[in-house]
This record gives sequence, structure tokens and C-alpha cells, in this order.
Amino acid sequence: MSEPSWPPTGCALVTGGSRGIGAAIAKGLAQDGWPVAVNYRAGQAQAEAVVAEIEAAGGRAFAVAADVSAPGAAETVFELVEEHFGVPVLALVNNAGVTRDNLSPSLTDEEWDTVIDTNLTAAFRFTRRALKGMMRARTGRIVNLASVSGLRANPGQSNYAAAKAGLIQFTKTAAVEVARRGVTLNAVAPGWIETDMTADVDRALLDAVPAKRAGTPDEVAACVRFLVSQQAGYVTGAVLTVDGGLGA
Amino acid sequence: MSVTKEQVQERVVEALASFGPDADTITSSATFEELDIDSLDLVELAQIVEDEYGVVLKGEDMKELKTVGDAVELITARAA
Repeated sequence: MSEPSWPPTGCALVTGGSRGIGAAIAKGLAQDGWPVAVNYRAGQAQAEAVVAEIEAAGGRAFAVAADVSAPGAAETVFELVEEHFGVPVLALVNNAGVTRDNLSPSLTDEEWDTVIDTNLTAAFRFTRRALKGMMRARTGRIVNLASVSGLRANPGQSNYAAAKAGLIQFTKTAAVEVARRGVTLNAVAPGWIETDMTADVDRALLDAVPAKRAGTPDEVAACVRFLVSQQAGYVTGAVLTVDGGLGA
Repeated sequence: MSVTKEQVQERVVEALASFGPDADTITSSATFEELDIDSLDLVELAQIVEDEYGVVLKGEDMKELKTVGDAVELITARAA
């Protein structure tokens, strides 16, 4: 059953929304009519630029600083955002992510923990907090940014792969648990996308991509916008790859 | 925060009714099983109780609850 109007009376929260894929998602959701909270950790000027761009286009946006991996971050961020907009978060995009690439024999505990904490544990905590309001509202959309590395081996990224594979299975399981409340959870798994995170990667690796090019943040954002849309109400527990055919 | 058993009863019935069963079937002696109230419903009930009465009901608390009356008694006692 579809909701009577869309977006519903709620706001969207994009973690790691100040640049790259997150910024493209924040701007896209604002275009779709959502008031958007743009979370950032260190890029205040970039987050404020995203907010300014959304507002200049007639949308509503709010920058909120937080390291999502901090234990109390979800509570703090949700309180700030829901107080600012005066409505619950009914669309959550867990996008914040970090890499600490290293081969497994020399991967440090710190490299492991940092990647698991930010990419997996933070997404769990933000999802848990979001589900409270979404279950009560009987509607909601959660999109978790996974990675093609969570689906197939990518040497040097065992920590990142473990986090993203974990995120995918968390997404599927939670999706099944709350499906009858009208809340959907899905994952988007990007391949090689042109962002700061991939700036230092050897370009020769692009040969492995059937499309023979890197993707753009807007191409990932388009997938997220679909999963957040009213039309995607029957899509839940899915993993949408956007990788130029790399994982096919 | 002090609430009466009647207030808790009224709120619990209202919350449970929003999960599906007719309000007039939600009596103190009705079991959650009879009302087709499942574990997700009880999680949501616990969230409502926490938000509104500041009473934290953990998973092990919820497992002990069999009837609507059990829930009302526990919430009232904890909120006192």
C-alpha cells in the first residue's frame, strides 16, 4: 500500500553528506522534496556549501557535525535534526565511510576497528535510532551504502569488505524484521566511483570494469533516490549494485 | 513520574490496538498470543513506554510477559 503523500511528514538524514557520494545524495533528496540534514565530521565548510546549494535551489537543509562512530552520536544527531526540522527522520542514508587499506597479514587492530566502527557499527546505531520513529510513523526508508567490496574480494580491503558484507546482511535482516511496518531497508553497492576516496587508486584497475570508466556520485545518488522514493515501497532487503558491471 | 494503573492500562490498550486487535478484545487477562501481538509489537510497546513513562523494558522483561495485565502491572510498578 502506498502512502498518501510523498515525501511524508519527515526529514532525511545523510551521514557523511558533505562531499562525494553523500553530497550528491543530499542534493538529490532535497530535489525530491525532503528537508535534508547533512552530517559531516570535519568538512564544515563543505557541508555548509552543500546546505547553501540546496537552499539556493529552494530546498531546506541543515548541517550537523558528528563523528558517527562515537557511541552517543546517533542520539545526539537525531535530537538536533528532529528539533531543527520539527519532524522525525523518515529517510536515513548511512553513507559515512572510511577505508584503512592494508593486506591482512599486516592489518593493525586500529585499522580494523576504525573501519568496522564507522562503516558497520555506526550504521547499526543510526538505523536502530531511526527505526523508533519510522515504526511509529508506519513508513520510512533506510539506505545503507555498501560496496562492491562487500560482495567480492578486493585484496587490501579485508576490513572494509568485512564491514560492508556485514552491513549488507544487517540490512537484509533488519528489513525482514520491520517490513510489515511500512519501513524499507536496502543497500546500494557502488563499485569504482570518482571521489576523494578513490583518487589515489591505480587507474589501470579500471580495465577490470566492463563499462571502462568510473561511475559518478550522481549515478549512485540516483539509485538512492529511487530506493527512498514512494515508488520503491515494495523494494526491501535488496542490494542494488552500481558498478559498471564489475560484479556481474 | 507518577502514573496510575488506569492510565497505563488505557495507554497500553491504545498502543496494542494500533498493532491490529480490536480494542474490546484487549482485556487484562488476554494473552499476547491470543491477540496476535508478536515480538516486534512488544518492542514497539517497550519504546512507547520508555518515551512516555521513562520505563526501560529489556528483552528479558518482555519475555516474561504473557498477558496485557502482566504488562500493565510491570509498567505501573516501574513507573512508580
